[in-house]
Amino acid sequence: MDRLRGQIGVGWEPREYQIEGEMVRRFTRAVGDSNPLWQDGIIAPPTFILAIGFEQFIEGLMSLVPFGTVLMGSTELECYQPIRTGDVITVVFQINSLRERQGQMGRMAFMTFDSSYENQKQELVAKCRQMIIGY
Amino acid sequence: MAEQLYYEDIDVGDEITPLVKQPTTTQLVMWAGASGDYNPIHYDKDFAQSRGLSGVIVPGQLIGAFLGQLMTDWIGEGGTLTKLNCSYKGMSYPGEALNLKGKVTKKYVEDERHYVECSLWAENPKGEKTTSGKAIVILPSRG
Repeated sequence: MDRLRGQIGVGWEPREYQIEGEMVRRFTRAVGDSNPLWQDGIIAPPTFILAIGFEQFIEGLMSLVPFGTVLMGSTELECYQPIRTGDVITVVFQINSLRERQGQMGRMAFMTFDSSYENQKQELVAKCRQMIIGY
Repeated sequence: MAEQLYYEDIDVGDEITPLVKQPTTTQLVMWAGASGDYNPIHYDKDFAQSRGLSGVIVPGQLIGAFLGQLMTDWIGEGGTLTKLNCSYKGMSYPGEALNLKGKVTKKYVEDERHYVECSLWAENPKGEKTTSGKAIVILPSRG
């Protein structure tokens, strides 16, 4: 936990993701969102942002603190422009707070993470803040 | 798709056209693949129970995506979702209906943009709010 605490306010290594149409289509199929706006996979729905880099983010978190599991507490998403197929999105995660509490399942960590999403033109397309509970 | 919604069509207190989802375990596996969230509490019952849960649970972010769809369905092609906040308070389980609902709480014009704020929530079949949230959208104006 000290390793994670030591990272408060420090941005993790930026990671780049090339957005492909099939990623967007797989996402909208999983949600069951048949809005014609995203059916061709060219424009992604706003919540697609949640999927960009999430897998590597959780891997990174688990490598710092091997929690038994994590639960999502809250999500705050701000979208500045739509993400399109062909965009290259650079994601940076950062932990900005951490507190611990004794719970029914042992010690629980309440963590807040901020993430930013920039496109290939260095334009900020979205920001996200998530509260995650690890135990 | 319904006709385009305009700022002038909306009043505070208006209800957002509700959306009903019936997540299945298959959908949770599809979501795991599509979102990169491979946490086994969303598809492995034994593991979920070992972490104190009664069974596999619907991922919070999928409910967030449902609430996003509630908003983008409602605002249509001409609207823009700028903010979506969700707070996951209770557990939702596959096989249970999720009723996604919302209400307009505020409307205002700022920098010539027409904003509408809404409170959102997801209800289980008992009528309990398992997720609550808020959205801000920009709607076109009839000018």
